[in-house]
Amino acid sequence: MKYMDEFRDGELAKIVAANIAREADSGHRYNLMEFCGGHTHAISRYGLSDLLPSAVRMIHGPGCPVCVLPIGRIDLAIQLALEHKVTLCTYGDCLRVPASGGLSLLKAKARGADVRMVYSTIDALKLAQDHPEKQVVFFAIGFETTTPPTAAILIQAKALGLENFSVICNHVLTPAAMHAILAGQGGERLDGFVGPAHVSTVIGSQPYEPFASDYGKPVVIAGFEPLDVMQAVLMLVRQVNAGRAVVENEFTRAVTREGNKKAQALVNDVFELRDAFEWRGLGTIPLSALKMRPAFAEFDAELRFDLQYHPVPDHKACECGAILRGEKRPQECRIFGTVCTPENPVGSCMVSSEGACAAHYTYGRFKDMAVVAA
Amino acid sequence: MKIKTSYGRPLDIKNGCIEMSHGSGGRAMAQLIDELFVAALGNQYLAQGNDGALLPEAGGRLVMATDSHVVSPLFFPGGDIGCLSVHGTINDVAVMGAKPLYLSASFILEEGFPLVDLKRIVESMAKAGSEAGVPVVTGDTKVVEQGKGDGVFITTTGVGVVADGVHLSGDRARPGDRILLSGTIGDHGMAILSQREGLAFDAPIVSDTAALHGLVAAMLDSGADLHVLRDPTRGGLSATLNEIARQSGTGMLLNEAAIPLAPAVAAACEFLGLDPLHVANEGKLVAICAAEDADRLLAVMRSHPLGGNSAHIGEVTEDPRSFVQMVTALGGRRIVDWLSGEQLPRIC
Repeated sequence: MKYMDEFRDGELAKIVAANIAREADSGHRYNLMEFCGGHTHAISRYGLSDLLPSAVRMIHGPGCPVCVLPIGRIDLAIQLALEHKVTLCTYGDCLRVPASGGLSLLKAKARGADVRMVYSTIDALKLAQDHPEKQVVFFAIGFETTTPPTAAILIQAKALGLENFSVICNHVLTPAAMHAILAGQGGERLDGFVGPAHVSTVIGSQPYEPFASDYGKPVVIAGFEPLDVMQAVLMLVRQVNAGRAVVENEFTRAVTREGNKKAQALVNDVFELRDAFEWRGLGTIPLSALKMRPAFAEFDAELRFDLQYHPVPDHKACECGAILRGEKRPQECRIFGTVCTPENPVGSCMVSSEGACAAHYTYGRFKDMAVVAA
Repeated sequence: MKIKTSYGRPLDIKNGCIEMSHGSGGRAMAQLIDELFVAALGNQYLAQGNDGALLPEAGGRLVMATDSHVVSPLFFPGGDIGCLSVHGTINDVAVMGAKPLYLSASFILEEGFPLVDLKRIVESMAKAGSEAGVPVVTGDTKVVEQGKGDGVFITTTGVGVVADGVHLSGDRARPGDRILLSGTIGDHGMAILSQREGLAFDAPIVSDTAALHGLVAAMLDSGADLHVLRDPTRGGLSATLNEIARQSGTGMLLNEAAIPLAPAVAAACEFLGLDPLHVANEGKLVAICAAEDADRLLAVMRSHPLGGNSAHIGEVTEDPRSFVQMVTALGGRRIVDWLSGEQLPRIC
């Protein structure tokens, strides 16, 4: 496939891997955090850690939308679907996130809730248009990548005067999470970031500049293809070796410094900053998420249905928090692969294939288990 | 006055639809069976008109397999639920190393289902059965109220006979055996999904639904030391290989670059965030054979019309943990895991 195969070229990968191995100082540790779940998935899916020298350690960051969604937010969606009998639609991965009382949206569906998976916000809007007798609620999640499509349908819903459509907004902001990680305990030992791909197509590379200038951490924005990740690692190793900390852009085919101004304007028209938002694993972070502006309040499901948010603590043994902060690896969690599996996720990192735990379980767990005769 | 030979009005196939009476055992049901099912599927066994079909001696060990079909949409590029229900069960019988002989078919019809669609489906079954030389010899029809079915569900059961000396089973893979695949993966699942999601491609993705018993017969005739045959349907290639690895207590090592994949299927999978290894096939088989016979068997498969894109995709390894591993296109290693839950698209 054009524009895809070029970035999955095994021969080229060998050359980049050889460069990384030659340039990485074996006496040094390169602790590199890939922020995005898309990178985590690419690393696991293509077995990239096998191509990296032992001095380079990839740390999985919190950039997986369902992983950082706290239990209380899913509870709101389930409450809407089960008690208010709305048609609740959301993106696929969200359906399996464990919530309170052993429920998830999929389990609520099995109990009679009208829960639908949609591929795009337009599908959700169409559902509302086709079923004027039903209240249709779109459970909007994601970082800056998925925010403009939500803004676009809210504008459309307003223009159409749709009275049976509303949105629960859970859109969160990448730079705020990166700040939280760097300001936290684990921030010190990070040597650099593989910066977001799709998020950066929207916000551009500029918002990452403080991480280089203020925290002294190199950032290399990279695409989600495996060669993008390899090249970004090489660029980060070079920055670390040279003692530099700047924002570099490996993903020049899609990302500019300014980003997509049109999308930014659209988001700005519809959304404003929340004072604070709870993130799974990172705690409550000020100014880290979006809510609808007063002009769109009529489409805010939290207001329409008078929903009250109640924070819910994670399962006691679940290490998702430490894993999302990059402080622990999935296999260091006591319940990884035993109590918590992709079929029965306890923590959110085991849900999406972009989650650190699910990615390691699905693609890499053979590395943890010795081959012993049965 | 002219004396009529019979009273009655023919079934209105053009405008009619399934009513509750079509399943109630009365005259309407008899008429539906005669004018629609028997008319299309007719053969000497069905014509016996009894509660079951009386079949001649088969002369060998019997294989029996059953499969229910609930596909949506009912009609898709490359086929429909009718031919799918024939191919699916023939393939389950065939990969046991058997020559499929007879099918039964059981229909659950939803009240309100258009007769014209039902006729099209039954005729497609008849065509698939006659092309394969495997007749539907007995059947059943039930009707459920509107809203309690999804148009039509079809369950078929197949019977076949295995020649002496043929012994295929999922527990016979041995370290060192070679893994062959009869063509591209994911075609059926993506044909269905792209239809469901309204994805249009320049060249539409066409289901690979096909009866594989001819290919299987050619493979058996080759005399190659064949250990396992299986058709990777639901759960895709990954589920099939994991099943075999678990049954045999072995591991497997695949080579990603060797696995055939049509460009349109690859594109659709990318678009929807799906892994083609988990996507269903309806006209492909996996063969595991002794290493020394692999090249010969591959040549036989490639010379068959349904195996033109056959490939050697990996080998069986010693691994009591039964991991199916793969060397990725990038040269790293990963697990090829069972599908977890339903295959849901990723978000971004």
